[in-house]
Amino acid sequence: MKKKNRKKINRSASKRAGKKVEEKLVFSRPQSLRDVDMHYCAGCGHSIVHRLVCEVIDEFKIRDRVIGIAPVGCAVIAYDYWDFDVSEAAHGRTPAVATAIKRVRPDNIVFTYQGDGDLAAIGTAEIIHAANRGENITVIFVNNGVYGMTGGQMAPTTLAGQKTSTSIAGRSLRNDGYPLKMLEMLAVLPGVRYLERVSVHSAQEIFRAKRAISKALGVVKSY
Amino acid sequence: MSKKLLMCGNEACGEGAVLAGCKFYAGYPITPQNELIAYMGKRMGEINGIFIQAESELAAINMVFGAAAAGERAMTSSSSPGVSLKQEGISYIAGAELPCVIVNMQRGGPGLGNIAPAQSDYFQSVKGGGHGDYKVIVFAPSSAQELLDYTFMAFDVADKYRNPVLILGDGLLGQMMEPVTIIKENYKPHLVEKPWALTGCKGRKPNIVRSFFLGEGALEEHNKRLQEKYRTITNAEVRAQTFNLKDSEIVIVAYGSVARTAKAAMESARAKGIKVGLIRPISLWPFPSKIIKDASFGRCKKFLVIEMSSGQMVEDVMLAVNGKSEVDFYGRMGGGIPTEEEVLARIEALV
Ligand SMILES: Cc1ncc(C[n+]2csc(CCOP(=O)(O)OP(=O)(O)O)c2C)c(N)n1
Ligand code: SF4
Repeated sequence: MKKKNRKKINRSASKRAGKKVEEKLVFSRPQSLRDVDMHYCAGCGHSIVHRLVCEVIDEFKIRDRVIGIAPVGCAVIAYDYWDFDVSEAAHGRTPAVATAIKRVRPDNIVFTYQGDGDLAAIGTAEIIHAANRGENITVIFVNNGVYGMTGGQMAPTTLAGQKTSTSIAGRSLRNDGYPLKMLEMLAVLPGVRYLERVSVHSAQEIFRAKRAISKALGVVKSY
Repeated sequence: MSKKLLMCGNEACGEGAVLAGCKFYAGYPITPQNELIAYMGKRMGEINGIFIQAESELAAINMVFGAAAAGERAMTSSSSPGVSLKQEGISYIAGAELPCVIVNMQRGGPGLGNIAPAQSDYFQSVKGGGHGDYKVIVFAPSSAQELLDYTFMAFDVADKYRNPVLILGDGLLGQMMEPVTIIKENYKPHLVEKPWALTGCKGRKPNIVRSFFLGEGALEEHNKRLQEKYRTITNAEVRAQTFNLKDSEIVIVAYGSVARTAKAAMESARAKGIKVGLIRPISLWPFPSKIIKDASFGRCKKFLVIEMSSGQMVEDVMLAVNGKSEVDFYGRMGGGIPTEEEVLARIEALV
């Protein structure tokens, strides 16, 4: 809506000035992202991360060789948005599915997309062992500190004192333990080539996140 | 080229998979199927296949999900407690309509049970051990040779219907050494195109592998299609062996290793002049209900079901017989193996 208005204003302004309008495309939907409305809550980081993944896939020109694995979590229907081959996986087993796809099809680029419930709770074993085997896959780990899809319950990554529907008085370290430092745990494994923790809460951070996704997919691509 | 080898059932099963063109195996150690995972480790290395010792049965079955989604012939194996862990994955595989082969060399249960042979996973195997309305095609071989032959065939059947196939053996079959004949020319796998597989979307629309259907009515439609497929399988894939059904008044029903004991008991009984026959279901799902039903319309007055369980398959026999004849049951549990003498005594008690 806003964009249209701006165009109108610009046009009438340039008409008044008697100039010819030249339109230059500076921003558009990545080819790998389908032209459909997303179901995510307004402001949800998933839509931003989806877009960044698709932008990188376009830039690397790998849309026709990439295979994504969608998690169980809010991003479960990522295949409705990503316009390339996608598999689902049972909750947390995403890296096991990715492992096999990559082994069977070493020429494809395989990535998983997982929430913190998926990766850091129910699927802790799968991510650690896939990393430890040094599987040549990329993992996009979207940590929102809660279980989004099931209604905002406490996740292993929930911060101390953070209120969730299953920790209404705030996460108690005594009862629930410490937030799990997944990246620090993975960092000690020699099978891991590249790890970075980024955020998508501001424009600057989004650019950094894109660089990280680009590096992560790039590491796998160059093998 | 013909070869005669002395192999344990687990190895024969593995060789059947290799002959079928299986190129992907993921498993986790558990007795009594350890010879199978070791054999696959060796053979996958020799044929340039993929072997992964997974971190758990959960990971193994989900690796098989991935390999099948990528279009490869894939297999996993385990024994009872491990197969329990695989059930969620099997439900996903059935829901996503992926072909694969799963082997269960059953052992005693419940819980950790023991490592002796058992048939107490029958319900889990044929009724759907995981969630949802799905079916797994189940074959129950009764020798090392059959473990090889049915595992070989299972891959073709799985591909044909895009459905998981389970080879249901037990610790006895898995670990017993028997001669196995392999005539290379007889094992020609029927490899099919898999246009639905994930290969990267070059030159085609993207493929999606999923069992999740959110749209209104979409999952019901998916289920209707699955049931239609299951009906086709029920009509086409029933396999059973029958002996002496024409003149028998007592018919034993037994599968797997127990069917061999039952056959020996049948022969001893006939030598004593008792007219005994045998139905040996080979496909446990689809179950040979019609063969059993037809027998109940013939001379057979009494069925005797023998199992290494508290009585699981006997329920399917009763459903097939539907009150037409008497159904007796003899079973041993927790690793107990029915002997020929025990079965014969049971037959004599029925006369
Ligand atoms: C085996 C299993 N257990 C539980 C669930 C229910 N479930 C669906 S999504 C989810 C949590 C997802 O949280 P997260 O991975 O953090 O992703 P988010 O939704 O926050 O993006 C759970 C527990 C399930 N589908 N399967
Ligand atoms: S519940 Fe949370 S993770 Fe899910 S769409 Fe909404 S904001 Fe995003």
